[in-house]
Amino acid sequence: MSGFDELQVAVERGEREAVVSMVKDALDGGTDPADILNDGLIAAMQAVGEKMEEGDMFIPEVLRAAKTMQAGLEILEPHLVEGTVESAGKVVVGTVKGDLHDIGKNLVGMMLTSAGFDVVDLGTDVAPEDFVEAVDSNEADILGMSALLTTTMPMMIETLAALESNSRRDKVKVMIGGAPVSRGYAEEIGADAYASDAGAAIKTAEGFKS
Amino acid sequence: MIVIGERINTSRAPVEKAVADRDAEYIRQDVQAQEAAGAAYIDVNAAARIGHEMEDMAWLVEVVQDAVDLPLSLDSPDPAVLEQAYALADKPPIINSISLETERWEAMMPFLRGKECEVIALCMDDTGLPESAEAVAERAQRLIKGLKGVGFPEERIHVDPLIQPISTDQTKGLMTLEAVARIREESPEVHFTCGLSNISYGLPVRQVINRSFLALLMGAGLDGAIIDPLDQKLMAAVKAVDMLLANDEFCGAYLEAVRAGQITS
Repeated sequence: MSGFDELQVAVERGEREAVVSMVKDALDGGTDPADILNDGLIAAMQAVGEKMEEGDMFIPEVLRAAKTMQAGLEILEPHLVEGTVESAGKVVVGTVKGDLHDIGKNLVGMMLTSAGFDVVDLGTDVAPEDFVEAVDSNEADILGMSALLTTTMPMMIETLAALESNSRRDKVKVMIGGAPVSRGYAEEIGADAYASDAGAAIKTAEGFKS
Repeated sequence: MIVIGERINTSRAPVEKAVADRDAEYIRQDVQAQEAAGAAYIDVNAAARIGHEMEDMAWLVEVVQDAVDLPLSLDSPDPAVLEQAYALADKPPIINSISLETERWEAMMPFLRGKECEVIALCMDDTGLPESAEAVAERAQRLIKGLKGVGFPEERIHVDPLIQPISTDQTKGLMTLEAVARIREESPEVHFTCGLSNISYGLPVRQVINRSFLALLMGAGLDGAIIDPLDQKLMAAVKAVDMLLANDEFCGAYLEAVRAGQITS
C-alpha cells in the first residue's frame, strides 16, 4: 500500500545500514519525509508491536527493531518540517508508588515513542498526585501505569481516585499493565484498558483514538 | 543445593482456589510431591487474596506442616503476617524477605532482631535494581553486616542477587555470575537463593534458559534457588550439577534419583 515494504522489513530485521541507505535514497528521490516517517518507520514499528503481541517476535528483536528505526529517524529528522508531523498523542507513563520495576514500563514507553506518540516517562515509584500533576501539566491523552507486585497494585486504585477529582479525567484514557495485573483487574478498578505487553500497549493506545 | 519449593503461592490460580475453598487435601498432595522431589523448604505466599492474607497464611502454615516435615519459607511483605506465621511454625523458618529499601528494612529489622530463624536478603535498595556485579556484591555486604548486627550469622542468611532478564540486556547473565562469585569469596558461609526464571523473561522456551543458567550459577558458587521442584528436567539438572561440583559423595543422590525415575535421558 505504501511502497515502503522493503524499508519495513529491514526495520523489523534490524538491518541498520540498509534502513539508513533506504531512507537516504527515498529522500534523494524526493519522497515526502513525513511519508517516510509515517508509512515507513512508524508503520514498521506498529507491525513489530503486533508481532510481539502475537508471540511472533521477542523482546530482543523488538529492541533491535526500535534501535534500527531510531537510526533511520536520525537521517530523517533534519528534513522533517516543523508542524507537518502530527503526534499520535501524548502519553504519561510510570511505575506506581512503592514499586521500582521498570523493564516493562520502559518497553512500553519505547514502543509508544516508536509508534509516533509523545511519551513522558515519570520513572518508578510515582505517587498518585505526581501522576495527576503530570497528566494535567502535559495535557496527556493517555496515562499508562505499571505495577509488578501484588502489594503495589492497589496504588493504581489510589491514582485513579486522585485522577477522579481532576478536570482532566474525562479527557485522559487510563491503561494499566504488569505481571500481576489482568484485564479483570482493570475492569474492577475502573481503568479504561489493560495491555498485556508493549505490543498490546500500542494497539490499545491507537484504539483509544477511534 | 537448597531447593525452596515455590508452588504454594496464591497468585497461582489452583492454589488460590484451594485456599479459598479451604481444600487441605490439594495443598497436602502438592507439598508432599514437592518434598518427594527434593525440596528443602516449602515457600508459602498468601498475598494474592487481598484482605485475607492473615487468615490464609495461618491456614496454609497449619496444613503444610501437617503434611510434611520440612521447614517453611514464610513469604510476605507484612511483618504482622510474618509474626503470626512465625509463632505457628514448628521448625525455624526462612523469612522471605528483607531488602535495603528503607521502608522494608525499617519494618523488618525489629521483627528479625534476635530471632532464631533464617532470612532471604534481596540485593534491592531505594535506587532500584543493581546495575553491576560490584553493586550487587556491595549490597550483599551491607545486608550481611546489618543482619549480623541483629544476631544473624552468615549461615542463616540467604542472599538473593536479583536475577534480571537477558532479553533486555544481554550482559545481565554474566553480571549475576560475577556477583555470585564475588559474594561467595567475600562471605564463604553465606547461602544464596534466587528467583531463577527472571533470566528468561521475554524469551521463548524459557525452561532451557533457566536450567542452563542454574548450572552456570551453581558453578559460580550459588547454593540455593526458589524453583518448582516438580519441574523434573530442572531438578535433574540440579542433581547432575551438584554431583559434578563434588557435592554428591559416591554419586549417591544422582543414582538414587535415576532409580526413582526422576532422572531420565
